[in-house]
Amino acid sequence: MPWPTIRKPPHPAVRPNVTDYDEARRRFTWEAARAELDGLPGGAGLNIAHEAVDRWADGPGADKVALRCLGRAGGRHDLSYGELKEATDRFAAALTSLGVRHPDAVFLLLPRRPELYVAALGAMKARCPVSPLFPAFGPEPVRQRMALGAGRALVTTEALYRRKVAPVRDQLPDLAHVLLVDGSGAALSDDGVHALDDLLASAPAWPGIAPTDPEDVALLHFTSGTTGTPKGALHVHEAVVAHHSTGRIALDLHPDDVYWCTADPGWVTGMSYGVIAPLVNGVTSIVDEGEFDADRWYRTLEDEGVTVWYTAPTAIRMLMRAGGEMAAAHDLSRLRFVASVGEPLNPEAVVWGQEALGLPIHDNWWQTETGGIMIANLACADVKPGSMGRPLPGIEAAIVARDPDDDGAPLVRDGQAVLVDDPSVEGHLALRPGWPSMFRGYLHEPERYQRCFAGGWYVSGDLARRDADGYLWFVGRADDVIKSAGHLIGPFEVESALMEHPLVAEVGVIGMPDPVAGEVVKAFVALTPGAEPSEELNRELIGFARARLGPAVAPKSIQFDDDLPHTRSGKIMRRLLKARELGLPLGDTSTLEAAP
Amino acid sequence: MERDRATDIIVSVLSGIAPEIDPGTVDPSGELQFEFDLDSMDFLNLVEGVGKAAGIEVPERDYAAIATLDGFAQYLVAHAG
Repeated sequence: MPWPTIRKPPHPAVRPNVTDYDEARRRFTWEAARAELDGLPGGAGLNIAHEAVDRWADGPGADKVALRCLGRAGGRHDLSYGELKEATDRFAAALTSLGVRHPDAVFLLLPRRPELYVAALGAMKARCPVSPLFPAFGPEPVRQRMALGAGRALVTTEALYRRKVAPVRDQLPDLAHVLLVDGSGAALSDDGVHALDDLLASAPAWPGIAPTDPEDVALLHFTSGTTGTPKGALHVHEAVVAHHSTGRIALDLHPDDVYWCTADPGWVTGMSYGVIAPLVNGVTSIVDEGEFDADRWYRTLEDEGVTVWYTAPTAIRMLMRAGGEMAAAHDLSRLRFVASVGEPLNPEAVVWGQEALGLPIHDNWWQTETGGIMIANLACADVKPGSMGRPLPGIEAAIVARDPDDDGAPLVRDGQAVLVDDPSVEGHLALRPGWPSMFRGYLHEPERYQRCFAGGWYVSGDLARRDADGYLWFVGRADDVIKSAGHLIGPFEVESALMEHPLVAEVGVIGMPDPVAGEVVKAFVALTPGAEPSEELNRELIGFARARLGPAVAPKSIQFDDDLPHTRSGKIMRRLLKARELGLPLGDTSTLEAAP
Repeated sequence: MERDRATDIIVSVLSGIAPEIDPGTVDPSGELQFEFDLDSMDFLNLVEGVGKAAGIEVPERDYAAIATLDGFAQYLVAHAG
C-alpha cells in the first residue's frame, strides 16, 4: 500500500529559499549560482576556504559563531568566523613552513574537534588537496588510502597515530610529516612527528591565499567499488558553487540558522555538508565530538536550539528504537527542517519524524562522486515517504534502460543512452554531467572514471525508477557494494583482508538486511583443507578482520561455508550467495539488492 | 548481581564483538567505544547481548551511565538481580 503524501502548509513560519520547484528549475543557472560567491580578491580564482571563512571574517560577520564545538565529555567551545580565519591562516602558514605545499596531499585522521575543521580549511588555503579519513578505519584502510593518495602530511591525535598509523608507517614512504593535535608524549620522538601547537606558535605570518584555479583539486574522497582498491574521487575548488547553492536549496539554510550535520567529516557528507556548506552559507554549525547517544542528541537539539538538522537513516532508526516519549521530553520547537542521507529512508521513518519531531524527514540522494546533493525532498514540496525526491534546480536526472543482453548494463544506442519514461520500469539512475561538484576523476585511474559514463550520462551505480510526478525511488545497487549505516563498503576490501589469514581458502562478502543499519557486512568463509570450523576460529577471524579493517569496514558476522557459489571461471558470485541467504529465487538476480 | 559476575558478562559479550582486544589491556574507566574500537552498531549489539545475559533491558536514556566498563558493571550491580 502506498504511503499517503505529506502535504506542506501553504504559509510556513520561515519562508523557504525555494518556494516553487518548477519555477526554480526554469530560472536556475550555475553561472548565477557562481556569481553569489566572492571569488579570491583581485579575480585570483576560487578557493573553498576563502568562501567558507575569509569572506565572512573580513566583513560584518566576523564575530558570528561559525562552529560551536561540543566536547565528548561535555563542555563547549565556540569559534567565530574571525577566529576561524586566524586559526586557518596560522595552520596554512605552519604547513607551508614544513615545506608541505601545493599540490601535496594532506590527510586528516581526527575526531570531530575544532582542529579537524581548522586543518581541513587551513590546508585548502595552502592549496593542498585534503583527504579526510574516518577514525573508525583500521590500519589497513588508512594505509591503503594514504599510499594511493601519496599523503605527504597527516594531521591526527597521538592515540590514533599509535593505533592506526605507527604500525604501517614504514609502508608510507611519501608521508614526511605527522602533526599531532595533542602531541606531547612519546610519539614525538618518531621521525617527522611534530606537536601541532609548537608549529603553530612558530609559524610565520600568512601572506594570504595564493591564486587558485577553480579546477585545482581541493578534496580527495575515497569510496569503495565492487572490485579492486578504493577509488579516490577528485573534487575541485569549483565544487563550492554547488556546496553553497545546494545548502540553500536542499537544506534551506538561512543566515540565522543553527545547523547540525551529524555525519563525520571522514566521509563525504561530513565534509561537504558538515564543514563546507554551512560555513559558505554563513550559518552557525554544531560540531559534536560524541558518538550517537539518543539522549545526548535530543539534548543537543534542544539546548543548542538547532533549526536545521541533517542526519542519517541509521541514526533516525536508532532514535525510533529509543521511543517517541524520549523526543516528547524535549523542547524541539526551534527545529524547522530535517533532512537525511546515506541510504534510502524507509517511509516509516519519514512518518515517524512527523509524529515524534513534528516534522517530516526529507530524504535526499547523492554520492561521493557527485560531491553534493543532487536529488532531494525540498522544504516547499510535498513529501512522498520512501522517495528520494526530485532533481535539484541545475541537475538533470534520468533513468537509463538496462540492457537485457548485457547483464543489465546501461543501454546505449548510436552513442546515446536509452532513457526510460515508463514510471513502472526501473533502470540506472543517471545524471547529465556538468554540475560544479562533479568529480573530475578517480586518482590514477582514468579508465575507471570513463566507465562511469555511458551515452552522455554519468551512471550512478544505483537502480531507481521515476514516478509520474517526477519523484525518484531507490530500487537497489547495480553492483555488489554494501551500504551499511550510511557508508559504502567494498566487499573486495573485506574479502582481501580475510584472505590473508592462513586458514582461509575462499571468502564471499555480502550485505545482509538489517533493521537499523540498512545492511550489515557478513562474510562467508571456506577454510583450507584440514582446518576445522569452530567458535574460537570464528572469533579469531572476526578479530583478525577488525584489527586490519577497523569496526566501520570489518564483518559483523562470519559463517563457515564450504559450498560458495562460483561462476564457471571460478569467481565467487556474491549475488547468488545473497539470493541463497535471503531465500530469493536464484534465477532472478536482477532485483537482489532491493532494500528490505 | 556481584561486581565480578557483572564484569564477566560484559567482557564475555565483548569477546564476541571485538575479539582482537585483550580486556586486560584496556582502561576500565575509559569509554568502551574507544577502548574496544566499537562503532555504534557494535555498541548496540553489546547492550543487547549484555541485557540478554543479565536478564535486564537497558533503556537508551541510561546509555551515558554504561559508557565505560566500570560504569556498565556498576549499572548491572545496581539493576540486575
